[in-house]
Amino acid sequence: MFKIVKREEMAEGTVILNEIEAPLIAKKAKPGQFVILKANEDGERIPLTMADTDPDKGTITIIYMVVGKSTALFKTLKVGEVFQDVIGPLGKPTHLEKVGKVVCVGGGTGVAVLHPITRALKQVGNDVTCIIGARTKDLLILEEEMKAASHDLRVCTDDGTYGHHGFVTDVLKEAMEDGDVNLVVGIGPVPMMRAVANLTRPFEVKTLVSLNPIMIDGTGMCGGCRVTVGGETKFACVDGPEFDGHLVNFDELMLRLQAYCEEEKACYEDFCTLQAAT
Amino acid sequence: MTEKAKKKVKAPRVGMPEQKPEIRKRNFEEVPTGYTVAMAQEEAARCLQCKKPGCVAGCPVSVDIPGFINLVSQGDFTGAIRHVWTKNALPAVCGRVCPQEIQCEGLCIVGKRGEPVAIGNLERFVADWERENGTGELPPTAPPTGKKVAVVGSGPSGLTVAGDLIQKGYDVTVLEAFHKPGGVLVYGIPEFRLPKAIVAQEVNFLERLGAKVEVNAVVGRTVSLDELFEEGYEAIYLGVGAGLPRFMNLPGENLIGILSANEYLTRANLMKAYLFPDVDTPIPKGKNVVVLGAGNVAMDSARTAMRLGADNVKIVYRRSRDEMPARAAEIHHAEEEGIEFFLLTTPTLFKGDDKGRLTGMECLKMELGEPDDSGRRRPIALEGTEFHMDTDLVIVAVGSGANPLLTQSTQDMELNQWGYIVADEETGKTTKKGVWAGGDIVTGAATVILAMGAGRKASDSIHQYLTWGW
Repeated sequence: MFKIVKREEMAEGTVILNEIEAPLIAKKAKPGQFVILKANEDGERIPLTMADTDPDKGTITIIYMVVGKSTALFKTLKVGEVFQDVIGPLGKPTHLEKVGKVVCVGGGTGVAVLHPITRALKQVGNDVTCIIGARTKDLLILEEEMKAASHDLRVCTDDGTYGHHGFVTDVLKEAMEDGDVNLVVGIGPVPMMRAVANLTRPFEVKTLVSLNPIMIDGTGMCGGCRVTVGGETKFACVDGPEFDGHLVNFDELMLRLQAYCEEEKACYEDFCTLQAAT
Repeated sequence: MTEKAKKKVKAPRVGMPEQKPEIRKRNFEEVPTGYTVAMAQEEAARCLQCKKPGCVAGCPVSVDIPGFINLVSQGDFTGAIRHVWTKNALPAVCGRVCPQEIQCEGLCIVGKRGEPVAIGNLERFVADWERENGTGELPPTAPPTGKKVAVVGSGPSGLTVAGDLIQKGYDVTVLEAFHKPGGVLVYGIPEFRLPKAIVAQEVNFLERLGAKVEVNAVVGRTVSLDELFEEGYEAIYLGVGAGLPRFMNLPGENLIGILSANEYLTRANLMKAYLFPDVDTPIPKGKNVVVLGAGNVAMDSARTAMRLGADNVKIVYRRSRDEMPARAAEIHHAEEEGIEFFLLTTPTLFKGDDKGRLTGMECLKMELGEPDDSGRRRPIALEGTEFHMDTDLVIVAVGSGANPLLTQSTQDMELNQWGYIVADEETGKTTKKGVWAGGDIVTGAATVILAMGAGRKASDSIHQYLTWGW
C-alpha cells in the first residue's frame, strides 16, 4: 500500500498532483524514469513518469491529466488514502551530460515530466532555456517550478491569454534560429513532440522525446509498448521511455495509442454516470 | 507377474470428469472437475507399488509416488498430502500442469501393458482434498538458522526454493515484480487450466510456513543484487523466468490487433480482463483469431480467445502435428473446443486498414526438410503457395527470449550468447558468489516442473553453502 501524503488540483481540476509514500522508489529514481500505479484490486496498471522525488522524505510525485476511467479513479483518492500498487523506478534514466545550450520544451502534463529532467540538465552545467505551453492560461502548470529549474523560461498559450500567443514550436523556432543549441528535449502530447522533432530536424540538433505508450508490466515482458525507432521495433518500457525524436515513427505511435479507444470511452462514461449518481 | 498384478494392469484407468467441450469453450471455469474419494481410491488401487518405481525416476522433484498413492488407497489423504509435501510444495499446481505423459506416467510400469496410473490426477486429488477438507496442519520445519535467503521471482522454481529452504529453517523472502505472486502460474496459465485461487492457496501455504512475499519489487530496478547482500541476505536465488516475448519480425507486425501471448494472457489472467468492464483492464476480442505457434502457451491463448467469444480460432504452425511442442492433453482439449489447426503454414506479412488495425495476413505453405539444430525437421517454404487469411486478432506465441532487465544491471554474472544466465547444471550456482539461478532464465522457456526441478537442486546447494561455505 502506498499512501498519498499530498494532493493538489491544477488546471481547473483537470490535472492532479499526488505525492506518494514510496521510499524504495524515491531512493532509486532518476530523472526520466517512470512508475506503474494501480489504484485497487480491479484497477488497471497505469504508467506515469515521475514529476519529482524526495529521497529524504521517501516520496515520489506524479502529475496526471484525467483522461479516462483509471485517471478519474485516481482523482477520487484523498490524502491519507492509498494506491494499492506502485512499481518502479522503471525505464532508462535521462542521459545527463554537459553539452552546452539546451532547450527543454513542454506541453500539457508533459511539463511535469520535463521538470526533473530540466533541473538535472541545469545541475550538470548546461545553459537551459525552457519553453512551456498550454491551450489557455488556466491550464498552464508548474510555471514557478520551471522558472527555478531553468535559466530562461518562456511561456506560450494557444489562445494568447498568457505569454506568447501561439504554439511552443513558434518559440522553439526562434531559439533554434538564434543558433548554438546543442540539445532539445520535447515532452508533451504526441502531436507536439512530432512537431518539435520536425522543426529541429533541419537544424540537425539532437532531440529527445519521452514516450508513454500502452503497457502492462513495464519490465519488457509484454511487448505492448512497442514503438518503431529508426525502422527497428523497441520496447518503450526498457529501451526508453526517451528516444531520438528524429527517428520515432510518431504516426504509428498515435494509432497504437487508440487501440482500446472504444473500450476506454465506454468504461469512462460508465464510471462518470456512476460518480454523478452517488 | 502375479495374478493380482495382472488384474491391476487390466483394470481401466479412472478418467477425471470434465466439463463438456461445447459448454466449457465459453466459460473460464476449470475443465477437469476432479476425482471423488471413490474414484481416487479406485485409481490408487491400480498402482503396483513397484520396488523399483519408474515413476519416481521420471519426476524432476522425486516425489515418492508409490508411497503417497498407497496412502490414498488406504484412505489416509492427510498422510498422503504430507508425504507429497516433503518433496513438492506445489502439488495442486503440478497435478494440473505437469506433462505427466513424458515424466512419471511415461515411465509407469502399469503403462507398459495398459494405461498408466493417473498419477497427476491423484496428486491433484490429495492437494484439493487437503484444501477443502484438510486439517490445515503444517509440516514440521527445522529450527531457525538465522540466515536470510532472497528468492527473486515467485514462479514455480522460486516457490520451490522458498518451500525447501523455509522447511530447513531459513529466513526466506520472495521478491516478485508483479503485484501478485505466482509468476507464470498467475499471469500465464489460464484460470480454466489452473484456477488462481489454487495458486494463491499454494503461496499462502508457504507464507504460513514463514516465508515472506514482497510484491512490486523489480530486482534490478527497485533493488540490486548487491544491495540485497548489503541488507543481510546471504544467498540469492534467481528464478525470474525468460520474460522477453519473441515476435516474427514481419512487415505490419505493429498493427493494432497483434499481441504477444505474454501480453494477451497477462491481460486475461493476471488482470482478469475477461471480466471487463467489471475490471478496468480491457482485452481485444477478435472474431477471426489466429494464434502463431503450437506450444502450451499457444493452446492457452487459443482457448482463451474462444472463451472470449471468437467466431473461429486457428492455430497456425510452420511444422507438422508431430513437432507440436504442447502437452498432449492441451492439444486434445483445444481440438475438442473447436480450435482449428493450420499446420505447415507460416505468415509472411500482416495487413491493416487506415486506422492501423489488423485485417488479415498473407501465408505460405511449408514442407519439412532435414532435421535442424533442435533435432526437428526444418520447415521449408513452398514457392507459389501464397494465400490470404482474414484475421482481426493475431496472438504471437513463438517462444520467449531472456529478459535483460536484471542481468544487465548485474555486471559480474556470466551470461551465455543468448543472454541466459550461466549456471551449473547440478547445483544452479552462477559465476557470482552467493547467487544461484534456475528455470527459464537458465534453460530458456520450458515447463513448470523442470523449473521446479532446477529449484530443488539449487535449494540443496544453497543449504550446503550456508552450512559449509561456497
